[in-house]
Amino acid sequence: MPQMSMAQALNSAMDVMLERDPSVVLMGQDAGYFGGVFRVTEGLQKKYGADRVLDSPIAEGGILATAIGMGVNGLRPVAEIQFADYMFPAYDQIVSELARLRYRSGGEFFAPVTVRMPCGGGIRGGQTHSQSPEVLFTHVCGIKVVLPSNPYDAKGLLIGAIESNDPVIFLEPKRLYSGPFEGDPGKPASSWAAHPQGEVPEGYYTVPLGRADIVRPGSEVTIATYGTMVHVAKAAVEQAGVDAEIVDLRTLSPLDTDTLCSSVNKTGRCVIVHEATRFSGFGAELSATVQEECFWRLEAPIQRVTGWDTPYPLAFEWDYFPGPARIVAALRAVMAAS
Amino acid sequence: MAPSKLHIPRPPARPGEAPDFSYLQLIPAGKQGKPTLDIEAKDTFEMANGLVRVLDDRHRAVGPWFKALDAAKLREGLRLMQLTRLFDDRMQRMHRQGRISFYMKSTGEEAVSVAQGMALASDDMLFPSYRNQALHLVRGRNLVDLMNQCLSNVRDTSKGRQLPVLYHWLEGNIFTLSGNLATQFPQAVGWAMGEAIKGGQRLAVTWLGDGATAEADFHYALTFAAVYRAQVILNVVNNQWAISTFQTTAGGEQLSFAARAPGYGVAGIRVDGNDFLAVYAVTEWAAERARRGMGPTLIEHVTYRAGPHSTSDDPTRYRPKNDWEAWPLGDPIERLKQHLIASGEWSEEQDEAQRKELEAYVTKCWKEAVSYGSLDEGSGIDPATMFEDVYEEMTPLLQQQRSKWRAERS
Repeated sequence: MPQMSMAQALNSAMDVMLERDPSVVLMGQDAGYFGGVFRVTEGLQKKYGADRVLDSPIAEGGILATAIGMGVNGLRPVAEIQFADYMFPAYDQIVSELARLRYRSGGEFFAPVTVRMPCGGGIRGGQTHSQSPEVLFTHVCGIKVVLPSNPYDAKGLLIGAIESNDPVIFLEPKRLYSGPFEGDPGKPASSWAAHPQGEVPEGYYTVPLGRADIVRPGSEVTIATYGTMVHVAKAAVEQAGVDAEIVDLRTLSPLDTDTLCSSVNKTGRCVIVHEATRFSGFGAELSATVQEECFWRLEAPIQRVTGWDTPYPLAFEWDYFPGPARIVAALRAVMAAS
Repeated sequence: MAPSKLHIPRPPARPGEAPDFSYLQLIPAGKQGKPTLDIEAKDTFEMANGLVRVLDDRHRAVGPWFKALDAAKLREGLRLMQLTRLFDDRMQRMHRQGRISFYMKSTGEEAVSVAQGMALASDDMLFPSYRNQALHLVRGRNLVDLMNQCLSNVRDTSKGRQLPVLYHWLEGNIFTLSGNLATQFPQAVGWAMGEAIKGGQRLAVTWLGDGATAEADFHYALTFAAVYRAQVILNVVNNQWAISTFQTTAGGEQLSFAARAPGYGVAGIRVDGNDFLAVYAVTEWAAERARRGMGPTLIEHVTYRAGPHSTSDDPTRYRPKNDWEAWPLGDPIERLKQHLIASGEWSEEQDEAQRKELEAYVTKCWKEAVSYGSLDEGSGIDPATMFEDVYEEMTPLLQQQRSKWRAERS
């Protein structure tokens, strides 16, 4: 089976869908001729033509609005927002329009738009190239929110997103484009080449939206996480020497509550890890859900490990980033409480 | 040097002052030239600051934009405008009686939707604003359907989820209204881009008001329309007022709204929005250009919002009471009627008979619509449907919440 980076796997997903379905079109700033600033759409314009892989003006609101119009006209647009940090001008079109067309028209109109956006930090991007705005989308009804952690899932989920008749916000942890990242910036960067989840089939397959994946079975504590932090959590578990079960949520909305809560009901402990800021973050939703569903099985208070409630600071990104040490401390805290 | 002073645009007349429309750059009917279809956007600047008018003050049709239309077609235009006005008046009254929760009249602007709707192909995709209700009537929508929507009853196709007047009609190729302003403008451009990608011939046509041109969506629409030469007609209905905000606060003081278009590389044209024949001719011209791949056109319709912004608005608080009577471009219905009479194709007697007939029709439709229920007397819609259509398939979370809601009710 071919070995792909996450960027290549995403490219392959779009390649497969452009080939299979003539209604699929791609659009975004620098996404056409140049192939995207992260090379995710590389080669696709050459292969499918400039009217199916469009270079867009620098206007996120215009990209989203025109993608909606195309979607209403029967196309299946995949719009790239160059960095998730740039999506704010498009937010009205996403929240008030894309998410609600079906609802407000009594089910008559809809736009099957997928919006791809690189998110997350750890690439020296400062406060405007590092954010994780997933919760700004999970709070909106009518859209699905996906955030993969590895090449295999990324391709299967992106194909699933493109085929979905619901709009999907597809967040791509940019730190994972070329390799898994375990949270230690001092170590040499690793690649997906030798990683089992870098094995990606060439052709069509899907990973269903709305299903979490247990990436490490364990018995003592559940770690609920997604994206880059899946790999950081794995490293932390090794360091802490705790038999943790890691649940990679993969889709944040709709949330796979069953997988998460079954795991916590089994382990009796829960640590939630995400890179985004803490206050009103997705961890708050996860924590509330676990509390509601698993309260009588919990043996320790739920812990949240997150970025601090500050903008992502360029010079101090590793002080901001919730690295393995912070996760180890949380694991020890839940294990100590009983 | 004089100290700096912030310029604050002000409307020409406030309550208690005499109406003043001297700011309008009017030119006599028939004087605006008609360019060839392949005119380049950059050469439309003069036309974008001019004014296409066909009907003159003596109700004759004159000038290069005049093309004789079948009298039956003109009578149909008159009938649809009259129906729209009577429908609006009835709904406004029904709001006063507490029968519907909200309404927005299009009084004074009927020619925009009726003439444009008639000049377009029936499968062109329309992305309207909230004062384009007549588009539905032009396309043959049952008036009862529109009333059902305003009543939020069991036959409301938006299933009780939308404010009155935020219609949609898939079958009639009329897009769903948002309630947020200007969002439909760039969506229409995207629809047209999609049509070109598919190799189709249909156009997208969209409308917004003078006030909403200040939104970024207007800029996106013009930019994308120019970049991709989208087969779209962009309409700015300049009815002078955005609730209480005069059009100069949207930037209309220095230059017409149509004149923005050539700056983007889009053809711009300004038309007397109360002149049925002029609106029809300009729309036909813009549609022909778009269909032949000659690019998008922005049409500014100079008109006047004769009524309040909505049933929640009282315009006497910010503009002269008799503004509408003094509006120099008149009433679109009266002008077309007088033109038909002057041409020997209509009479006061016929007009009076038609008015009565339409009144009776509106009454009959209203009786039927209320028989299906209303917001206050019971919509008849199962509230459980509020959990539907959020997604294509109901998510487990929503199924759970629907069960909780059912338990609450039992």
